[in-house]
Amino acid sequence: MPAISRDEVAHLARLARLAVTDDELDVFAGQLDVILGAVARVGEVAADDIPPMTHAVPLSNVFRPDELRPGLTQEQALACAPAAEEGRFRVPQILGEEQ
Amino acid sequence: MSSDLIRLTAAELAAKIHSREVSAVEVAQAHLDRIAAVDGDAQSGVHAFLHVATDAALASATLVDESIGAGTPPASPLAGVPLALKDVFTTMDMPTTAGSRILEGWRPPYDSTVTARLRAAGITILGKTNMDEFAMGSSTEYSAYGVTRNPWDGSRVPGGSGGGSASALAAFEAPLSVGTDTGGSIRQPAAFTGTVGVKPTYGGISRYGLIACASSLDQGGPCARTVLDAALLHEVLGGHDPMDSTSIDAPVPSVVDAARRGATGDLTGVKVGVVRELGGEGYQAGVRTSFEAGLRLLEKLGAEVVEVSCPHFEYGLAAYYLILPSEVSSNLARFDAMRYGLRVSEGASAEEVMAATREAGFGPEVKRRIMLGTYALSSGYYDAYYGQAQKVRTLISRDFAAAFGQADVLISPTAPTTAFPLGDKVDDPLAMYLNDLATIPTNLAGIAAMSVPSGLAGDENGGNGLPVGLQVMAPALGEAAMYRVAAAFEAARDAEQGGPLIQRCPEWS
Amino acid sequence: MSLLSTPDLVDFDDVVERFDPMLGLEVHVELNTRTKMFCGCPTEFGAEPNTQVCPVCLGLPGSLPVVNRTAVESAIRIGLALNCSIAPWGRFARKNYFYPDMPKNFQTSQYDEPIAVNGWLDVALDDGTIVRVEIERAHMEEDTGKSLHVGGHTGRIHGAEYSLLDYNRAGVPLIEIVTKMIPDTGGRAPEVARAYVTTLRELIKALGVSDVRMDQGSMRCDVNLSLSPKGSGVLGTRTETKNVNSLRSVERAVRYEMTRQAAVLDAGGEIVQETRHFEEQSGTTRAGRRKETSEDYRYFPEPDLAPIAPSEEWVEELRGTLPEPPRERRKRIQADWNLSDEEMRDLVNAGAIDLIAATVEAGASSGEARSWWVSYLSQQANTQGVALDELAITPAQLARVIALVAGGELNNKLARQVVDGVLAGEGEPDEVVAARGLAVVSDDGPLIAAVDEALASQPDVAEKIRSGKVAAAGAIVGAVMKATRGSADAKRVRELVLERCAG
Repeated sequence: MPAISRDEVAHLARLARLAVTDDELDVFAGQLDVILGAVARVGEVAADDIPPMTHAVPLSNVFRPDELRPGLTQEQALACAPAAEEGRFRVPQILGEEQ
Repeated sequence: MSSDLIRLTAAELAAKIHSREVSAVEVAQAHLDRIAAVDGDAQSGVHAFLHVATDAALASATLVDESIGAGTPPASPLAGVPLALKDVFTTMDMPTTAGSRILEGWRPPYDSTVTARLRAAGITILGKTNMDEFAMGSSTEYSAYGVTRNPWDGSRVPGGSGGGSASALAAFEAPLSVGTDTGGSIRQPAAFTGTVGVKPTYGGISRYGLIACASSLDQGGPCARTVLDAALLHEVLGGHDPMDSTSIDAPVPSVVDAARRGATGDLTGVKVGVVRELGGEGYQAGVRTSFEAGLRLLEKLGAEVVEVSCPHFEYGLAAYYLILPSEVSSNLARFDAMRYGLRVSEGASAEEVMAATREAGFGPEVKRRIMLGTYALSSGYYDAYYGQAQKVRTLISRDFAAAFGQADVLISPTAPTTAFPLGDKVDDPLAMYLNDLATIPTNLAGIAAMSVPSGLAGDENGGNGLPVGLQVMAPALGEAAMYRVAAAFEAARDAEQGGPLIQRCPEWS
Repeated sequence: MSLLSTPDLVDFDDVVERFDPMLGLEVHVELNTRTKMFCGCPTEFGAEPNTQVCPVCLGLPGSLPVVNRTAVESAIRIGLALNCSIAPWGRFARKNYFYPDMPKNFQTSQYDEPIAVNGWLDVALDDGTIVRVEIERAHMEEDTGKSLHVGGHTGRIHGAEYSLLDYNRAGVPLIEIVTKMIPDTGGRAPEVARAYVTTLRELIKALGVSDVRMDQGSMRCDVNLSLSPKGSGVLGTRTETKNVNSLRSVERAVRYEMTRQAAVLDAGGEIVQETRHFEEQSGTTRAGRRKETSEDYRYFPEPDLAPIAPSEEWVEELRGTLPEPPRERRKRIQADWNLSDEEMRDLVNAGAIDLIAATVEAGASSGEARSWWVSYLSQQANTQGVALDELAITPAQLARVIALVAGGELNNKLARQVVDGVLAGEGEPDEVVAARGLAVVSDDGPLIAAVDEALASQPDVAEKIRSGKVAAAGAIVGAVMKATRGSADAKRVRELVLERCAG
């Protein structure tokens, strides 16, 4: 019983904005299935009352003061833009809605 | 003689430059000449470099010479010494690609903190080095710009993701380099190339300007041919950065001091813990033999060798290959063709352009990890995968804490094998992942670790002998102990073998 | 103020009889910190596009966020003012989705560990009824950039050819305040919604942490609504309505959604769980784009930031900075100004309390201040279709006008002209007076001349005055006022008329 189906992989590719080809899907599905099988063993560890870790060295309350810091000029910001117009980044027609 | 200059250590070069025995420009030029002679391209040649900044390097060296000539004290103990920078750190005056097609030719509008500190220290940045794409890989074969070759044997990989940084050292193209280590990307190439590579405590060197792979695992670190050189670079790079919320707000450990003390060779009273789970089956015979010889050497120096057990380490690889892809899937979402980087203009809509660009711009390993990470974070799967992996991480940290209760430092082989042939594992992701068996636990726990050359070993086919690395691990902010043991080991090993291992690297052809 | 008509698809009272509305409100407040949430870029409105950006808020590769301490303080203060518990420890989280206005394609927000939880806000309705709205949570997040859609008809996204992105706003701190479901409002749901947003706005304004201008986007409201058939105990499917840009729209949006959903259910249909947009012109809501799959945000704790762990000391210190709660303040003001409950309610409804108080603080009497704001200025606001505090005159300026009248330099009629001038942007009151030549003519010379002229042209009236019929002076005064185009001090004119007739 595969851990992950080809359809599921196709769905993941869509979610991740990757226009994978059909051939790639076949290969990836097989590989991801194997990898998932291997990593799933984290579930073997009894860890019900273990807290999750996110930072190696304990840190908290790292702040900066509400003070201005020099940023980029408009020119610098747009320097590597694939397309720009009137000081703004120009992007193709957006199909989705704002969230 | 310029050919002699390239054989010197960074410490030696610094001494000569600062005493004006030789100029920084001469030193820079000698290394640029060496690069021109051996680096070649992806087809042949070491190909450690993706970009060589000839003019900028000479200009920087000139400034150092002028300053020293004017009697100004050097900006740092390494002022004028050349260095190779992994192409994952942003540099305003050089392209920064992270080994990916999606950032081909990208000129960042800002320097990373690491870059800024190198410049402030007067270090000559020779150029940017090759790497697995977005630091994901263990052989540098996943670079979009072609492979890097191991100077010990051009048909073999130098390790990864920082193969370029390590090969540049081993090929004497630079005495210093900076890499990043997420699961072993500094240490494993160091082991494969007979050089020294350090992963500081997480947060020890700023990540501002370090193109992110896995945010909670990435750590920049110094690479060199000697422990002292690495320590000198470590002190230039380390320290708090207000631009990085995860950087440690504490003084840099006195690693140079520790390295010098260690070089005297006395490890009396030091307890060295061998981690049972990092060795044994899955580790090449030659690697194990070299490791055991290393243990004997440490004992000769007065260290007490004890065995420790870290039972959750066997889950380390699984936890790592859930946490890393999850963070990667989020960190790499920004590459969408809207603001910078590659834009493949197929498709009428923004969504189509994004998908087509990412498909064209990312290599297969990156895509695999993005999809794996997307899966692991999905609603319904989060608890079983990402959530569970973070708990295993806590258990691994606790294993380390317990082990450090029994020993001052821990040791293991750095990698399960010596350098394997190019092409051997490129189509087998899981086999590739096994390279990181010994290095991953330290990234998960965020503690300090480094690799020093321990000897040569034949591989399963016999052969001439390829470098093996010894990994030394210390608790968070415990770098001093680590450098001390490494320096002692290095000095003793060099004495025993009649000189540094790296001098036995075959002449490149 | 008249409520613009909203089309009721089903008779509203009928809806209320058969369904219980379940109301929820999400309000986003843009903080007025000097810099952005995670970087030191300015937050000033109106700059040239992409001139208030840096590697961090542009999400450039390698950039890292650092939390703005003042934003955290404002978040805590908002939480305290809403009677929330402040979380002793919590992390930011990444909300992952792709959209060109979000440079990182994830929003750094808070998910299951918000900074403030479980509060409440007492809201007074017009007739004095108090409703306690329970607050689920308040959390910190960052704003997105702004997109301009080019091509297509209305500058909206549908049918646009391409879009232009400005990231000046990306990274500006936002606080999202979410109510728990507000039950048992019945037919008063629209009113409750409006009153909640009004009260919340007032509260946050008093804290000084945001401009809370709905018309400028520094306060945004989303309305969540579902209908439950009365007595069924079954919760209906919820819709979320966005683009609700005024207090009036809040009320109208709730009302419309109630009747729309009832109409759908009556026709045997099902309510689709979706995001809708409020349309100001028609007072209706329309469905947004249908999504293929519902969004899975794949939340996980933000690894680039350290947890926020406010100490008890810090929270108590911030609690000490909270201003007088608005209701307490209103009770005190009502007593100070000696107003009846009804008079007070009128002022509150007109949104005039703060303006009057500020005018008084600038030196005017409370009676004068009240009179101006509640009558003349309210009329102006109505005519212009804006809220009182959006009029182009400040309490300080009004206080100056009142002072000029009190000092005899202006009369009431002239004062209105000066106020008109200020509203029209002609400058400060004194500048308007000078430019328009509105000063009360107080120099007796020209006045005497005008009085004499008026007396000469009405000899019979003059005779009456001389013979002691003082009341007749009114006609002369009127004539002089007309001749001087109202710029004379009527009282002084009358004195002069009597003087001239006496001598």
